[in-house]
Amino acid sequence: MNLLTITDLNLSIHKSDILRDVSLTVGQGEIVAVTGESGSGKSMTALAVMQLLPDLSTSSGSIQLDGTELTAVSEADMCALRGSAVGMVFQEPMTALNPVKTIGDQVAETILIHKAMPPARAKERAREVLERVGLSADKFPLSRFPHELSGGQRQRVVIAMAIALRPKLLIADEPTTALDVTTQAQILDLLKGLVKEENMGLLMITHDLAVVSDMADRIVVMRRGEIVETGATKHLLAHMQHPYTKMLFAASGHLVNLPTPPEPTPLLKVQNAVRDYQLPRTSLFAKPGHYRAVNDVSFTLHRGERLGLVGESGCGKSTLTRAILGLEPLQGGQIHLDGAPVFSGHSPNLDVRRKMQVVFQDPFGSFNPRHRVDRLITEPFFLLDTPPKGIARKDAIAQALTAVGLHPDDAYKYIHEFSGGQRQRIAIARALIIRPELILFDEAVSALDVSVRAQILDLLAELCTAYDLTYLFISHDLSVVRTVTDRVMVMQAGEIVEQGVTESVFTNPQHPYTKSLIAAAPRLPDLTPTSKEPVQ
Amino acid sequence: MNRNLIIGTTLSSLVIFAALLSFIWTPYAHTAMNIPEKLQSPNWQHWFGTDHFGRDIFSMIMVGARTSIAVALVAVSIGIGIGVPLGLTAAARKGSWLDEIIMRGNDLVFAFPAIVIAILITAVFGAGAINAIIAIGIFNIPVFARVTRGAALSLWERDFILSARVAGKSSARISFEHILPNVMNLLIVQGTIQFSLGILAEAGLSYVGLGAQPPTPSWGRMLADAQTMVSFAPHLALIPGVAIILTVLGLNLLGDGLRDYLDPRLRIARS
Amino acid sequence: MLRYSLKRLMSLILSLAVASLVIFLVIEVAPGDPASFMLGINAQPDTVAALRTELGLDVPKTQRYLTWVSNMLNGDFGTSYTYRTSVATMIADRMWVSLPLALYALVLSTLIAFPAGIYAAARRGKAGDMAVMGATQLGVAVPNFWFAMMMVLVFAINLRWFSAGGFVGWDKGLWAGLHSLTLPAISLALPQAAILARVMRSSLLDILGEDFMRTARAKGLSRRQALWRHGVRNAMIPVLTIIGLQFSFLLAGSIIIEQVFYLPGLGRLVFQAISSRDLIVVESVVMLLVFAVIVVNFIVDLTYAAVDPRLRSRT
Repeated sequence: MNLLTITDLNLSIHKSDILRDVSLTVGQGEIVAVTGESGSGKSMTALAVMQLLPDLSTSSGSIQLDGTELTAVSEADMCALRGSAVGMVFQEPMTALNPVKTIGDQVAETILIHKAMPPARAKERAREVLERVGLSADKFPLSRFPHELSGGQRQRVVIAMAIALRPKLLIADEPTTALDVTTQAQILDLLKGLVKEENMGLLMITHDLAVVSDMADRIVVMRRGEIVETGATKHLLAHMQHPYTKMLFAASGHLVNLPTPPEPTPLLKVQNAVRDYQLPRTSLFAKPGHYRAVNDVSFTLHRGERLGLVGESGCGKSTLTRAILGLEPLQGGQIHLDGAPVFSGHSPNLDVRRKMQVVFQDPFGSFNPRHRVDRLITEPFFLLDTPPKGIARKDAIAQALTAVGLHPDDAYKYIHEFSGGQRQRIAIARALIIRPELILFDEAVSALDVSVRAQILDLLAELCTAYDLTYLFISHDLSVVRTVTDRVMVMQAGEIVEQGVTESVFTNPQHPYTKSLIAAAPRLPDLTPTSKEPVQ
Repeated sequence: MNRNLIIGTTLSSLVIFAALLSFIWTPYAHTAMNIPEKLQSPNWQHWFGTDHFGRDIFSMIMVGARTSIAVALVAVSIGIGIGVPLGLTAAARKGSWLDEIIMRGNDLVFAFPAIVIAILITAVFGAGAINAIIAIGIFNIPVFARVTRGAALSLWERDFILSARVAGKSSARISFEHILPNVMNLLIVQGTIQFSLGILAEAGLSYVGLGAQPPTPSWGRMLADAQTMVSFAPHLALIPGVAIILTVLGLNLLGDGLRDYLDPRLRIARS
Repeated sequence: MLRYSLKRLMSLILSLAVASLVIFLVIEVAPGDPASFMLGINAQPDTVAALRTELGLDVPKTQRYLTWVSNMLNGDFGTSYTYRTSVATMIADRMWVSLPLALYALVLSTLIAFPAGIYAAARRGKAGDMAVMGATQLGVAVPNFWFAMMMVLVFAINLRWFSAGGFVGWDKGLWAGLHSLTLPAISLALPQAAILARVMRSSLLDILGEDFMRTARAKGLSRRQALWRHGVRNAMIPVLTIIGLQFSFLLAGSIIIEQVFYLPGLGRLVFQAISSRDLIVVESVVMLLVFAVIVVNFIVDLTYAAVDPRLRSRT
């Protein structure tokens, strides 16, 4: 008997079609993963079950939960079902909790709103569930406020709220996407355990195919509002039918071939770098404290080498990036690029600056929305003594755009006319245009869909051959770093705990932290050999 | 075009037109007294009636618009001219002692409402339209500094600013090239709102005698004169009041309309 | 919490110190010689000299400032030149009109604005919202003293529900006092209520878009429950800032409104003082107004911490 049965669900918002003929089922104790890229409608499917769709949306079709037709239920009755019959966990734990209420009150609220227990008993139950999700009473009393917890701990609170009344169905919308790998592994374990113990159904929405393959009993693949393929995990992995499914899995495990790096000659030298941040004053008279974001970091990056830097959020990799770019001073040690110090006080040393460029993560925030592409990508010309003008400038723009797979005419468009992947190409064009010696990629592919990510990785590999690129690739995504770097460094709490040839670090990690990182990272199952072919 | 923008633009341009026209033409000289025709209700000769000296209210309203607009415009310019650079500097040097001083200074000015500044200035230097301008202008400085700093701070967090820094640009250059154009919409909207508040403030100051002095006509003083006659000549109070309301309403609608029109998020949604 | 309060207290004291310095500089330093300024051009030299001694102008400016501040701390605001009485007593009498008026208006404004703002936000885009927004758009544009004149015309002159002006005094009883302040308070409060309602509405709408509101809905709260339990308190944070600012507008506004209703408040006092060049009175009244504004903002800062736990634990 199925717990949740969605039949022929159609949904449109503002007259644009979001979902078309979506049908799926979730049984008791079953984990069903809905996957797909952005715009596939997977999150809307989840919200449709909760009947929490945005205003102005119209839907048809049937959603049955445990025999109740949810599309026919009144809003008041639906309120009674939400939280008691079906619970939901969201993507962003940092904002999913009310900042002005204690975690105890927020968990107990689920119980009290349904008048399931008297207040005193509700408090006890809140305590119980918080214990169940791994937040012990001594460290996490009910009186804690959300801002006192980390992202992973907050996600545990959100899960506690969702399961407080033992709903039969739990919906999790990208529950671990915002979390670090080690935290992700713990949360996924928690969810798996809950499903087993409580015999719940879990409808999990995620874009991460490795997570899907690891967690789900059944997989539903969606594209542009439609289900393209569905099946039991093992069976589907072994016998993919739809080309989109095949492409998706191939792109997730996409590998690129880098040219062999030349003989090592040092380009970037980081010696015992230390970066402290001043903490806000605790009192007017006490000396302000310090937070050491980068602690005694040393490494050398050679010409033509592709070096990776991995670590979880807050490990100091972004701080290190800014220090290398010469944007912030060091409190100890030195960073030299081609023999010259990168930081030169208040006025930047253009001779050094022109030798490096950077590509950032967010394809939406890295461009001034008011400038056209030609002006955007020629900004680094500011670093040159005699920037090209007229025809030469035009040629340089055309060349850079062509190199990243765009058209020279794109120079006259504004940035909002481009997709996320195209914007990342433009960001690379901007970095390439003055032919720097070194490019820093700061999480440059992390915000992209897998298929787009695969294309950008291919572009990187091509550029390596064409331009002899040297780069530092900073990322939290181990699988990406593994394929686009020759050497890798692992950073934890401001220190480099391990560095070495990429392949050997991944196959034979030495430091316990590296081991735990690699163990926690979800892996794609070994699929058919087709996954090694480049994506078209 | 949205409705707010249309109504707002119409009302505002009507007032500005009346003010400009008053330089070359008014139905009567606004200072011309004509005692036999005093205290007339609106009629064909005097569209808005006459006051206790027989002066033509319509003409006075037209010339009064001039005073209101001039005072508010200069006051807003003072606010923008000083406040925006301060806000940009504070944001570019976030957390430094300079930022601290600018923001503390702002807090301090907020403790002095425009009328209190006007009282201080008037007590020492005497009353006049210039004092009203200075008083309202000083009060506008922290408003613009704050708005600019707030918007600029969030822009400084964006990656495109980091890219500009990587391109070796100084913070002054970045403020001018990247930050200012991106806060411009906000400033236009805030400017319209402060303009309307300036008109209200000018009316208030003139009403209590801290603003424009006779013979300079002003809506606020017309109201002060009307006060003792409100029971038998209510139009004397009604007409300048409605003039103020329509002007302020027009500017506020214009501000709201501009905000919707200029909001880049909405524009992307449209394209 | 204690540390936060102490920090705010430090900044309160600092603001007061700087504000008093500014006022001192404008009033006692800017005119050159205050004594001859106050007496006018035709004053006899010995009268000026006498006043100089009386005002203590012989001593250096720094010392004069310190004396002025320390005297104020002891409740001594000096002697009015024109009335020859203690400024402190003059202010004390008037203050009991102006401050209650501003507070009364603040209470009215909040009482009107909160329900209106919450109602509009809850009914976003519907007729009720449109009506509230239209009314506030108009309310924002109305000059309070003109509105006061219209109220006098309607409720005092035509309907005779209230007297057209004057203040009966608190010794006639609380009710009588409030009654004679009601028209002025309403005229002050309505335009401010319009602003506050708009802020309340937009702040609530921002909060309604937050993730935790969706979480609340997923727990089974209805729209209304989510709005009241999770929305309103979070929306209060920006609203409190505006309430703090509004107090200073209301206090300033009450100076103007007193002119409409012939109320014997600080406004009347200060305008008389300006025309008789009584700088001592002007200086004291301005200092008192600024003091009130700064203290109210200090209270608002403390209220923030009560509403927002993040401020309490932040050091």
